[in-house]
Amino acid sequence: MTVIEHPLRKYTRPHVKRTTTCPGCGNGIVAQAILRAIDELGLNMDDFVFVSGIGCSAWIPSPLFAADTLHTTHGRPVAFATGVKLGRPESYVMVASGDGDLTAIGGNHLIHAARRNIDITVVLVNNGIYGMTGGQTAPTTPRGLTTITSPYGTMEHALNISEMITAAGAPYVARWTTYHPRQLTRSIKKGIQKKGFALIEAVSQCPVQFGRASKIGKAVQMLQYFKDNSIRVDKAAGMSEQERQGKIIIGEFVDTEKVELSSQWVELSKQMMEEESCHVKS
Amino acid sequence: MSKESRLPPGTHFLMGNYALAEGAVAAGCTFVSGYPITPASEIVNRLSVLLPPLGGGFLQTEDEISAICSAIGASWAGAKAMTATSGPGISLMQENIGFAVATETPLVIVDVQRLGPSTGVPSVGMAGDVIQVARGSHGDYQIIALSPGSPQDMFDMIIRAFNLAETYRVPVFVIPEAFIGHMREQVVIPDVSQIQRVSRKLPAPGTDPMNRRDFQDPDVAPMPVFGRGFKAHVTSSCHDEHGMRNLSDPTIMHSFITRPIEKILKHRDDIVQVEAEYAPGDIVLVAYGSVFRSAKAAAQSARDQGLKVGTLQLKTIWPFAEDEISEMAQNAAHVIVLENNMGQLFPYIKAAAAQYCRVDFMGPKLLGQIHDPEDVLGFIKEKCA
Repeated sequence: MTVIEHPLRKYTRPHVKRTTTCPGCGNGIVAQAILRAIDELGLNMDDFVFVSGIGCSAWIPSPLFAADTLHTTHGRPVAFATGVKLGRPESYVMVASGDGDLTAIGGNHLIHAARRNIDITVVLVNNGIYGMTGGQTAPTTPRGLTTITSPYGTMEHALNISEMITAAGAPYVARWTTYHPRQLTRSIKKGIQKKGFALIEAVSQCPVQFGRASKIGKAVQMLQYFKDNSIRVDKAAGMSEQERQGKIIIGEFVDTEKVELSSQWVELSKQMMEEESCHVKS
Repeated sequence: MSKESRLPPGTHFLMGNYALAEGAVAAGCTFVSGYPITPASEIVNRLSVLLPPLGGGFLQTEDEISAICSAIGASWAGAKAMTATSGPGISLMQENIGFAVATETPLVIVDVQRLGPSTGVPSVGMAGDVIQVARGSHGDYQIIALSPGSPQDMFDMIIRAFNLAETYRVPVFVIPEAFIGHMREQVVIPDVSQIQRVSRKLPAPGTDPMNRRDFQDPDVAPMPVFGRGFKAHVTSSCHDEHGMRNLSDPTIMHSFITRPIEKILKHRDDIVQVEAEYAPGDIVLVAYGSVFRSAKAAAQSARDQGLKVGTLQLKTIWPFAEDEISEMAQNAAHVIVLENNMGQLFPYIKAAAAQYCRVDFMGPKLLGQIHDPEDVLGFIKEKCA
């Protein structure tokens, strides 16, 4: 019998034979997009450190990816990743985590990492709900949705993550859905190559919690929903606020160059060490 | 003080916080993170100047949570890392101090203690965090905490803290009170060749953590730091000795908690340091930090007046010096515990000493004010008459 191995299997830990995600979860699509991006760039997994927080999507790299992986406390992966990058600027540092982890409990770290422009690639899986803990309202839950903790419909307004991180000054911001794996992969590649902070927001399906709460349905219906309700950013620009209501704006929001933090640290040290050695010689 | 480079070896007149900063770079520290807070700020102010020419840097974070997390991240990236704050910052850091314990991360945390609870008084010292540094994070664990009593101790103990952190792969606290942080006194900086520097052990090259023991060795597992191809798996969730998450096996849950504790207690003789100056039959004053200075002065006055009084200084607060205190109490006439709080360490000292002799507690007349040696002398005469 011939055993056919998944072409990305070489990037996962040999002893890890299954994941913790539910059937139909979008995590698999995002995990593949990350690994395919690394594969297409021809990079080595040993040049990466993957950092994640708490929540379903934090289990994308840990324990699956065959690389250095740091699975941290709730909300803090960006803060840990900042230390990893400054401690080892030559490594690629990637954060994979969810909307609750990175924008509710950990929102401040995300904003400040974007402001500092530290060279970290953040793949933020936005499923609009707390999946692991049983379907509670998230800052990204659409207003009016009935969830476990908003049984009469959530009264709060949803956060626009990509807009927030654009405002914080990140040089690369893009949003796609799991219906757009190729575009998602391309943006992750650009994020990895960007010398600076990159946010790739992946709107993803949680059929078990969000699909049920929204009555959209299972994975297939949710992907269909993403297809039907996604609008490219350039097209959305010409639309009224009312027309954009309930739509998912996809595409690249920012792609620019900006002085990065860890390289400035390296440069300053180099300069001061040279000055010191000149001083000692003279 | 020269602006950009470290102080040369020799005798200096230095503020405690500056002495600690000099000691940190002498120990090989290259990454420091922190958030401004009185009375600790001078430490990071000085290190932000000293670190770049040494190939490192200071990261001013958005809060103390980010400070501890980035220091842990830098440590896993291979740097000797430190964060410095005061009590309110420690309160914010507690969850991730537990992360450092659970992932066996070498790290130094400085808590320049101020008067509390809550925002309290920023610039007045108090030993109010003695229990919170040991028990503030949830779950069960052991911690190492050192208590400096002078600017010289600040220099010496921060070096020792880094060496203990690297030797045992643990977070180590240095907990001066604000008085010691802001005190200016003579500090002798030895020649570089006289300073012992310890660095963590790394595993032999290899790419599969399933073939290594990366965690939970009571004799300290080599640390698979990032970027060397070790493919380390690090999580603070319950994990086995390969670092792999396991939330179902009760024996792994047990060793996840017990082995890091065992690692510290097994080596307690190397870690615990006390300064004993007493003779059999003495009344012994037990103290630490700034209060020890009063205890020492009071003991001298008492001896000058013909009273038999000795001292025991706890230089290591955690792990607790239970054996040393029991040994002292066995031949003591009376033990008096002096603390600049309402008696945080007193129950522990009493538990170790009270079966041998009488044990009394003496706080300062006003909390936040160091004991007046005259008051201590009066207390000795009153209690032991």
